[in-house]
Amino acid sequence: MNLPTFATVQVGDELPALQLPPVDRTTLALFAGASGDHNPIHIDIDIDVARRAGMPDVFAQGMLGMAWLARVITAWVPQSRLRRFDARFQGITHLGNAIHCSGRVLEKLDLDGEHCVRIELKSANQFGQIKIVGEALVALP
Amino acid sequence: MIDKKWIGHELPASVLPIERSRLQFFAKAVGETDPVYTDAVAARNAGYADLPAPPTFLFAAELDSGAAFRLIEDLQIPIAKLLHGEQSFSYHRPACVGDTVTVRSTISDVYDKKNGALEFVVKTSRAVNQRDELVAELRSVLVCRH
Repeated sequence: MNLPTFATVQVGDELPALQLPPVDRTTLALFAGASGDHNPIHIDIDIDVARRAGMPDVFAQGMLGMAWLARVITAWVPQSRLRRFDARFQGITHLGNAIHCSGRVLEKLDLDGEHCVRIELKSANQFGQIKIVGEALVALP
Repeated sequence: MIDKKWIGHELPASVLPIERSRLQFFAKAVGETDPVYTDAVAARNAGYADLPAPPTFLFAAELDSGAAFRLIEDLQIPIAKLLHGEQSFSYHRPACVGDTVTVRSTISDVYDKKNGALEFVVKTSRAVNQRDELVAELRSVLVCRH
């Protein structure tokens, strides 16, 4: 892995993007178990919570989308460099949505004695509908 | 309406032991293939004591303990109206397999927008390890959509 450094990274640089396969029920069931979020709205259409919420079917956990977005950062720098990670959930991720996660360097700054970069993060489905917008603060050597 | 009396409410502490098989399961569920998250040797070579909990993993603490669902019941938010609006993490030190993380949360704000059509609950949390060292701070915004 060719690690980015504060000197070589420039504002506007794109982080390597992450393309996920279409969301299926298995993924939602696995994430329910792994994350501890057993809310049936994400995994069980039979008890009808999703439909009562006005949703046509089960849909992805917000934190699954945030975990995918985190992979953009940790594929770029070791996690130990991550200082802050914020996400705003802007849209429901439905079954069949193939999520594309991307990141871009917004700003270079010094914070608490460290060289840092502020990263703008975004996830969207194959139709360009935004699902999460986020930001990460990463310390670079 | 969600009663503003909940501002300042402290949730019971949630204790989350960081376990190898759980982290491997989490990696599988999110499609993570970096061996740092599944192979202890790769993790040690990367400078961690063992597999590190990935960036969003600590959110599991209050789900596993039931504290998160109990809060929703206490606030009387119907599950069908609940949305996760925002989530933030500030990181102070890694949590790795063998660590035990304790998360303590406080309801820091309750407010509404659009004449009550949207209600918001802000929960702020501190996660510490078994040596009482700060691991991370979390902030969640829950939304009740009427």
